Amino acid sequence: MAIIERPATVPAFVGDASASPPALVTPTAALGAFKRPVSTTGWKSWVFTVDHKKLGLMYGAVSLFFFLVGGLEALLIRLQLAAPDNTVLSADLYNQMFTMHATTMVFLFVMPMAAAFANYFLPLQVGARDVAFPRINALGFWLFLFGGIFLNTSWVLGGAADGGWFMYSPNSSPLFSPSHGIDFWVLGLQITGIASLVGAINLIVTIINMRAPGMSLMRMPVFAWMQLVTQFLLLFAMPVITVALFLLSFQRNFGAAFFDVEKGADPLLWQHLFWIFGHPEVYIIILPSFGIISEVLPTFSRKPLFGYKFVVFSGAAIGTVGWGVWAHHMFASGLGPVSVAVFSAATMLVAIPTGVKICNWTLTLWGGKLWFTTAMNFAIGVIVLFTIGGLSGVTHASAPADTQQTDTYHIVAHFHYVIVGGAVMGLFAGFYYWWPKMFGKLLSERLGKWNFWLMFFGVNLTFAPMHILGMQGQPRRMVVWPKKLTGEGFFNLGFWNQVATVGSFTIALGVLIFVINIFVTAKKVEKAPLDPWDARTLEWMTASPPKEHNFDSIPTVHALDEFFHRKYEEVDTEDGPRLVRVKSAEQILAEEEAAGDAHIHLPSPSYWPIVLAFSLPVIAYGVIFNLMLSVVGAGIMILGLFGWVLEPSVADDSDYDPPAEGSGPSKELASIG
Amino acid sequence: MADITIHEGAAAPADHGHDDHGHDDHGGAHVTSTGLSNNKLAMWLFLGSECLLFGGLISTYMLYRGRHGGGPGPAQVFDIPLTSVSSFVLLMSSLTMVLAVNSAKRLDDRNTRLWLMATALLGALFVGGQVYEFTAFYQEGLGFTTSLFSSSFFTLTGFHGVHVTLGVVMLIALAAIIGRGRISGDKAEVVEMVGLYWHFVDVVWVVIFTLVYLIPA
Repeated sequence: MAIIERPATVPAFVGDASASPPALVTPTAALGAFKRPVSTTGWKSWVFTVDHKKLGLMYGAVSLFFFLVGGLEALLIRLQLAAPDNTVLSADLYNQMFTMHATTMVFLFVMPMAAAFANYFLPLQVGARDVAFPRINALGFWLFLFGGIFLNTSWVLGGAADGGWFMYSPNSSPLFSPSHGIDFWVLGLQITGIASLVGAINLIVTIINMRAPGMSLMRMPVFAWMQLVTQFLLLFAMPVITVALFLLSFQRNFGAAFFDVEKGADPLLWQHLFWIFGHPEVYIIILPSFGIISEVLPTFSRKPLFGYKFVVFSGAAIGTVGWGVWAHHMFASGLGPVSVAVFSAATMLVAIPTGVKICNWTLTLWGGKLWFTTAMNFAIGVIVLFTIGGLSGVTHASAPADTQQTDTYHIVAHFHYVIVGGAVMGLFAGFYYWWPKMFGKLLSERLGKWNFWLMFFGVNLTFAPMHILGMQGQPRRMVVWPKKLTGEGFFNLGFWNQVATVGSFTIALGVLIFVINIFVTAKKVEKAPLDPWDARTLEWMTASPPKEHNFDSIPTVHALDEFFHRKYEEVDTEDGPRLVRVKSAEQILAEEEAAGDAHIHLPSPSYWPIVLAFSLPVIAYGVIFNLMLSVVGAGIMILGLFGWVLEPSVADDSDYDPPAEGSGPSKELASIG
Repeated sequence: MADITIHEGAAAPADHGHDDHGHDDHGGAHVTSTGLSNNKLAMWLFLGSECLLFGGLISTYMLYRGRHGGGPGPAQVFDIPLTSVSSFVLLMSSLTMVLAVNSAKRLDDRNTRLWLMATALLGALFVGGQVYEFTAFYQEGLGFTTSLFSSSFFTLTGFHGVHVTLGVVMLIALAAIIGRGRISGDKAEVVEMVGLYWHFVDVVWVVIFTLVYLIPA
């Protein structure tokens, strides 16, 4: 019965066509100077889309590609370190490789992949038909894509950035890095930074303002909660790195001396600005993964999450205390005893809410009817590996120990356990859990097991030896470890470096099997059941893949785990109360369809997000090569902005309110976004 | 969907009340979970983010304001009376902005445009004052690369100036678009959002003027 109102020629009918179709609302093109695109098929339907699900898929596909690029860089690093005095990479290329490996993995894989899940599932989880600002959502994706491409074109335009992902002074100065690599890095991160900022604003407004009736904050799925905390962290962390990047840009391109010790500057200013961004960034990376496994663990334990409120508030606590720990990255820089003591204590403090979460997950498993799917394996993998990484992290809170370990492989071991073992494994749990929802097909569980166990052993094989290497004093970021310093016996560098290299290829094999799994699944004809995991949250109360408008009728929420409570009722039996299944997912979906809304207003596609996003790399190339190009880019930007503003909304306001037919409510999406 | 029937074999829920997920309590169009407008909430979030941007720039300036080496320092170049006048002009523009929002709420297009243009004019005057000030400083030997003080001063005030300039462009564009009758949605809210941005830029200037100009290094 629902009609999706767009300026399309053929209205999309949902449901019973024999019922009298409601009168079409005519879109008012006269409202603005530019008409909106109307394609619903072909490449145009992707390039100009503002649909959060399509954008989520595009985010996912592009970040998966960058994951492979970053992985390739990691393998080259490990190959170089597989033997003493190795010559696979030159010192210069090695510096570029570890810089771009970190940059790619953090900014072009983990963050956007979390954004992919957020885009796709946040509106579904809170019961909305789209995000609050669909065009801004599209802008965020295109900025991320163009920023990522821009960053990586540095490889062929004179060399990539080589100062490490933290880009400390003086390594970031033209004296030590004369190529344009760091300029590409600075400007590329500015572009992806804007993507993160607009994305954060959009998602926060979506979570706060677009929830279905009855979906109070404390009935929200934990994934939505963790995303809310993450997006607030992004909102306040991005401007700080923006300032730092601008200052570095002005130093490299316009002759300022913000971090130049020779001219009296204070290089610690960069470190402070970078880590005020950089430490919240750590939580930006990990919290989405916490959210994902907080969905996966209860589903496959057949139990509600243990201590929902504790999980939610400890997530918020991590997001708050996380602002006061940045200087633990700088213990070796001579901050003075008071600062060191304060940041030490704060760092130990942040371990408490994190520990609370790990307890809650473990107790969710306790006594549950565990179902060891691949998604569940990955989620349990996160608990195990993240705990190892977290424990070595707490030891770094102790400044005397940390100053010993600073810049050694011990640190590398720690943060890879946290990022690969915590964040990446969590994202993989998300792939296996949500794949049937996104594509209507289940990823192969058989390949999935291979995928999981190879990655799980690979992570341990790669990063556990690095604890030993670090303790033995092997420094980070060194292109070679010399044979004469290898040492002997059990703790010799040679053996453990080789183990780590073998481990890295084991991870790569696991990832390769995941890629194969994607193709195998795509060829499969067999459809996934509507509710393959007996899941708990609203996103499963839609078709798989969801219809363009997500919900035929916006569900009214009565409880945490709403979908579960619609399927199960508590029945008193002789042995006390028992949960009994009263409805199938198909029945619930059919009920919702039967009561579908008569008018559903969805935002129209738009030309302008991609145009506006395209202007920024043009400006950035101009800053590096020729300022005239920047002027051209600025022209495109102005065109994009005014096109955006003057674009008509789908229909005149009078068409929306009250609903034209009076037979059902309508939900309008923001006309300005 | 008349052809899909609910299988009655499923036990009817007795007391849970989940069967009546009625659709009567949707609010219809323009209703959000909190009752706040999406646009306004987004603008507030953006301004919150901007606070950190200016926070970083102001911190940088405070760190470096005493480091002017052989070049001129704050005490030599600042012309407090001149900057006070331009600060006053900018503060007055907040008043005209309020009048614009007020007119928009009364659906008075003519006065909305009038006050928007007045605000834009005052903003442009302020930017003009800044251009004059920068030129004067440059002639006194304070270039962008002269010293850490000059770099951080020009960066901070330059960023603020760019914000004001963008605000002026927004105000003029808004006045023009209202004139052509091309704004869809809630007109008063659009004016109010530009107003929020404008007041924020003003408030930041109050902080900058106090910290940079009035408190001696």
